[in-house]
Amino acid sequence: MRAVITVIGKDKIGIIAGVTTILADNQINILDISQTILQDFFTMVMIVDTEKCQMKFEDLQNRLRAKGEEIGLSIRIQHEDIFNSMHNI
Amino acid sequence: MFNYNYIMETISMIEKESLDIRTITMGISLLDCISDDGQVCRNRIYEKITRKAEKLVATGDLIEKEYGIPIINKRISVTPISLIAQACKDTDYVKFAEILDKAAITVGVNFIGGFSSLVHKGYTKGDEILIRSIPEALNVTERVCSSVNIGSTKTGINMDAVKQMGTIISETARLTADRDGLGCAKLVVFANAVEDNPFMAGAFHGIGEPDSVINVGVSGPGVVKVALESCKGEPFDVVSDTIKKTAFKITRMGQLVAAEASKRLDVPFGIVDLSLAPTPAVGDSIARILEEMGLEACGAPGTTAALALLNDAVKKGGVMASSHVGGLSGAFIPISEDEGMINAVKIGALNIEKLEAMTCVCSVGLDMIAIPGKTPPETISAIIADEAAIGVINNKTTAVRIIPVFGKDVGDEVVFGGLLGNAPVMAVNPFSSKLFIERGGRIPAPIHSMKN
Repeated sequence: MRAVITVIGKDKIGIIAGVTTILADNQINILDISQTILQDFFTMVMIVDTEKCQMKFEDLQNRLRAKGEEIGLSIRIQHEDIFNSMHNI
Repeated sequence: MFNYNYIMETISMIEKESLDIRTITMGISLLDCISDDGQVCRNRIYEKITRKAEKLVATGDLIEKEYGIPIINKRISVTPISLIAQACKDTDYVKFAEILDKAAITVGVNFIGGFSSLVHKGYTKGDEILIRSIPEALNVTERVCSSVNIGSTKTGINMDAVKQMGTIISETARLTADRDGLGCAKLVVFANAVEDNPFMAGAFHGIGEPDSVINVGVSGPGVVKVALESCKGEPFDVVSDTIKKTAFKITRMGQLVAAEASKRLDVPFGIVDLSLAPTPAVGDSIARILEEMGLEACGAPGTTAALALLNDAVKKGGVMASSHVGGLSGAFIPISEDEGMINAVKIGALNIEKLEAMTCVCSVGLDMIAIPGKTPPETISAIIADEAAIGVINNKTTAVRIIPVFGKDVGDEVVFGGLLGNAPVMAVNPFSSKLFIERGGRIPAPIHSMKN
């Protein structure tokens, strides 16, 4: 399935490395990535393909959340359909 | 390929503006549980509910995680128990409430609705026994919700039932007085009750419904409030359009979750209920939306017009977002469950009479209102009659969920906790309606009900 990862918080070194390492370790392919920094406030959106991921979605979610807590950011992963259904007819 | 702003907008709605799915409610028919032996009937009820809803909570939790949208409640509605129990010889249906409670606890839902009776034209034996059993049933159970339909546009108002419900509400309040009349928070008196309402305490599974069904209620007053903050001073055309667009987005969430829950549970999708349902949390209030339109406090002149616009725009926006819309679909205006309403009552801006006017233009009625425990039962009946008249004449659902609090008077506060919130005790008109209520009989159906 395709999922959207969003990372929001204060900018610092190693955010992308921290997230992408978890993704690479779990065979998750990044399809698209975009980030902006507004007054030290970092937001990143990634579209990923979790098809080959062996880990349960819930475990992956917890793993990313834990990483976020470790580096002081909020990291979440959600099924892409929630965004599609809200904004596309 | 994807729109960064859209994604951030959705995240912001969920994180900051309290967007959530208020409830996934599984409707379950109990018609195949009927037996002339009460115990056999109850065994069948327990077996069917726990089988059908076995995975409801787990599935709801999984959808919540995968999509990252909070799903606050998972609930069950069943066929009105008055229909199911009346073939048996029992003369009291409290045990039926207890088995519903037990089934709800087993499957992990927080409320089960359907300890109900439909008496808009008259009573059957089952209705008589069920209504008599309501006070004790709500006293001894924790999760069971009860409702009684006492009027409809097609039949008029059953004033005998109106009279009795005043007494039943008083009695329920008295039995649960140690919990500030909490039993009455789980009891709704309807006119024009709907068969597919996913919201408690008034949910039941109508007899025109399939064997089981998934109905979803969305929420999101906070999202509407925030959207309106961006159009300060703009004319109402802009206000209405903004609410419509927001309601569309909120409802799309409901549709997605309903479709997904239906697929995963292998239970047909019924409806999405478009209601804006508040919670006692700050930032999740209907009153604050009305105030955002330019009213100093909810209850000020203009409140009814503001609510009419809100209610209509929510429907217009939501109806295209879902394949089937149903339930109550409108804005709820409970007192205890809405931080802004509580505030409006406390500062003296809002009273029961204004609330009654507001119920003419929204769903559902006088909801979660604490009144002094000394209020006579016939006054409660008369309040029910007024609300029922509004519903019956205007061809809409109305309801009364009113809580007499024994030992408390105007100015005191009642705390129910959780989603039920807290409420200031409100003043009731002190003049008597005793002789009016004592008449009984039926108020005939209005002339415009004859459409054939």
